[in-house]
Amino acid sequence: MKTENALRIGVDVGGTNTDAVVIDDAGAVLSKVKVATTPAPIDGIRAALDAVLPDVDTSRITKAMLGTTHPANAIIQRRELDKVGVLRLAAPSSFGVRSGAAWPDDIRNLVLGAAAIIEGGNEYTGQEIAPLDDEAVKRFAGDAIEAGCNAIAVSAAFSPASNDHELRAFELLRAELGPEIAVSLSHQVGSLGLLERENATILNAALLSVATSVVEGFEAALSAHDLEVDAFLTQNDGTLMTAAHAGRFPVLTLGSGPTNSMRGACALAGVNDAVVIDIGGTSADAGILVDGFPRESSAAVEVGGVRTNFRMPDLISIGLGGGTVVRDARAGNGDSLVVGPDSVGYAVATEARCMGGSTLTLSDISLAAGRLRTFGDARLVEDLDESLVIDSLAWVDEQVMIMTERMKSSRDEVPLLAVGGGAHLVSDDIAGVSAVLRPENFAIANAYGACIAEASGTVDRVYSYDTDGRDDCIADARDLAVNAAVRAGADPEEIRITAVTEIPMTYVPGGGCRVMVKAAGPLA
Amino acid sequence: MPKFARVITIGEQELEWLSLGAAVFGAGGGGDPLMGTLMAQQAIRTHGPATMVGLDTLDDDDLILPVAMVGAPTVMVEKFMSGDEGDRIRERIENEIGRKVAALSSAELGGVNGVIPFAWAATSGLPIVDCDLMGRAFPELQMTTAAVAGVDINPVVITDERGNLVSFTTATPKWAETLVRTVVGAMGGEASMCLYPMTVAQAKQAAILNSMSRALEVGRLLHEAEDDPVGALCAAVEGFPLVVGKVTDVNRQTTEGFAKGSATIEGTGADAGRTLRMEFQNENAVLFEGDSVVASVPDIITAVDVHTARPIVTEQLRYGHRVSILALPCDPIWRTDEALAVVGPRTFNYDIDYIPVEELNG
Repeated sequence: MKTENALRIGVDVGGTNTDAVVIDDAGAVLSKVKVATTPAPIDGIRAALDAVLPDVDTSRITKAMLGTTHPANAIIQRRELDKVGVLRLAAPSSFGVRSGAAWPDDIRNLVLGAAAIIEGGNEYTGQEIAPLDDEAVKRFAGDAIEAGCNAIAVSAAFSPASNDHELRAFELLRAELGPEIAVSLSHQVGSLGLLERENATILNAALLSVATSVVEGFEAALSAHDLEVDAFLTQNDGTLMTAAHAGRFPVLTLGSGPTNSMRGACALAGVNDAVVIDIGGTSADAGILVDGFPRESSAAVEVGGVRTNFRMPDLISIGLGGGTVVRDARAGNGDSLVVGPDSVGYAVATEARCMGGSTLTLSDISLAAGRLRTFGDARLVEDLDESLVIDSLAWVDEQVMIMTERMKSSRDEVPLLAVGGGAHLVSDDIAGVSAVLRPENFAIANAYGACIAEASGTVDRVYSYDTDGRDDCIADARDLAVNAAVRAGADPEEIRITAVTEIPMTYVPGGGCRVMVKAAGPLA
Repeated sequence: MPKFARVITIGEQELEWLSLGAAVFGAGGGGDPLMGTLMAQQAIRTHGPATMVGLDTLDDDDLILPVAMVGAPTVMVEKFMSGDEGDRIRERIENEIGRKVAALSSAELGGVNGVIPFAWAATSGLPIVDCDLMGRAFPELQMTTAAVAGVDINPVVITDERGNLVSFTTATPKWAETLVRTVVGAMGGEASMCLYPMTVAQAKQAAILNSMSRALEVGRLLHEAEDDPVGALCAAVEGFPLVVGKVTDVNRQTTEGFAKGSATIEGTGADAGRTLRMEFQNENAVLFEGDSVVASVPDIITAVDVHTARPIVTEQLRYGHRVSILALPCDPIWRTDEALAVVGPRTFNYDIDYIPVEELNG
């Protein structure tokens, strides 16, 4: 039930800062704060809540959303990870590439405990590759305990389409091991691509202790302010999981940072479709929001050196930032001007010419051209050669135009959102762009993005168009996605289909087609 | 560019290079080499490196077994091989023909089949011969230089991960294509196979020689290239850079088991004002500028990233991609009337005559 004038808290724990905002039903920011991220993230969350809540009527707060990079950092830094028993249900297929193939040695040695490939799994048609070997599942449970595993990851061939073997293995493992040893199932974690899905499931299992501490810490911080609210975490695709769900599927939160940033920036600017370019001191990252969600990457995503197939935002990154070094090599041998790719980074505040330093950076160029107004001393860059400034900016404009073009999905003009400390570098006039928007408050875009996140459901499975007809297959997939969104907490009245993707299967009779559908809607 | 010796040790690093080179010669198709590379690397870690040898290191009478995997890329990422398929196929062939196999070879250089044979070579201890039967990727079993040269495709043996094995004696290579496809569907959409078993003497006439070491060199060069990778790639493969531009439209449809479609490329820089259309059927088939043909099968049309020169498969092409379209002259063996009847533009339903890329763009 919706409460009139209900408020929400959004908290984002980034690598450097922890941000918090409180917004109302209409999306207006009532209170915002930025504090330093702490070694134990929960301390930063407490500090942020302490600072953001005093001027707010806390009795009106009904929901709290958390976006956090803590699980991602645990993988990247190889810390606090559980040891995982890895069970694959696919024999007699798949011995050619065993679990953990192509993982970096350090994380494989740390995370992979026992591993086995046993009979089970399905074909794309739904037939069994082999019946599930119940006895082998039970034997594996013993092996995993002996190897010191405290979590299990189970992956079966074609489980996104046929999950019954994974579900039965879960029951068998639960009966052998009890509830203390958590079991992650691949069909709940990833999509088609057994190896990448298995990798994601292993990482998920390895993160369960980290996830529990994050979720318990968040709930404890909320309780400390007597907030009896529904708690959620944001996931990779910009939608929400309940805190309890997030405790079981932490791997789904790994890419939430850039997603929240892009969605938050667009919402603050009041647009649903836009290219977003985030320019910092060293690099520029571009992504695109389509119907309110980041377009997802079709390429595999590596996390800490491990290849996975999560749905992550499609981002491109180039060396272009406020601290990017500009070298004028034209005077000597007629060679051209060189911009970047190196940067003075954070040191732009002392190293740049306009700050009294000795390095010529893009911030100096921007200041000399009048694009940058709030930084540095313009008199220190007065003597810059005019053609140098023009040529440097032409390079910047071309790079921004190319990044925008690469993100756009058609020749139609779209708005471009320029955010980040280096956003001044973006010209107001870019080919193929309808308008350049510079939202206020973008400094808290991540926490705002967490606040406005919706609930969603996805389906990814193989259909036979020849047997069932394309229309019926798509309709079935849409129904499944909508039902999943409702289960995730979306308001059934307001759910919409946000993506339908069909990938036909070549070389296979029967008109096989992989269909991916996503549905999303605001929380009920 | 330094040439490799006649006997090359293929370890994990060489496989990375090969997989990159195999993608260049894949002409936008041929399947993702990644799974094949991981399989071969695991086999090499378990059994030691594979060996690649020149044809002239073998006796004329030695038996060579071309091998490949066949099936749907969507299935291959979910249900992959077990590793003993190669040995099972070889044992059956040895029983049927009554001779030992001296070496394996790749039936198809482009894509996943450029690397998969190394998994079986490492497992069996047999060498891989430095040749293949396409010099690129093609969608069907009769589209081989062996068929053009009149080498018997039989016996064709296919096997799955369960140990099911079917040995075919087929009337023509085209019939082999039809029958194999039916059985692969029943096996779950993916299988391992051998075809066109032949002697070294036959291979000297019927195969494309030194193609594997060429792909290895190209992959290593791409891996190491720093300045102007596209230029370095073109020089290495004697390729023609046909246009540099931006993908402005991609159209896809799937009919008769093929991923068909086209991509529109608008020229940038020196090519500004030009608009080209690249049509594909699993692999890139014909490049048009207006009604004029700029390049066509069997020449190899490959789209590469304009900065890194990494090949881009057709499934990954999309609006905004900055690409350089290259055409590599196919092996001369494909340029006879007999060969063009098997792989020329008309076999892909284009009513045009094949004109070599170097004549079109000389």
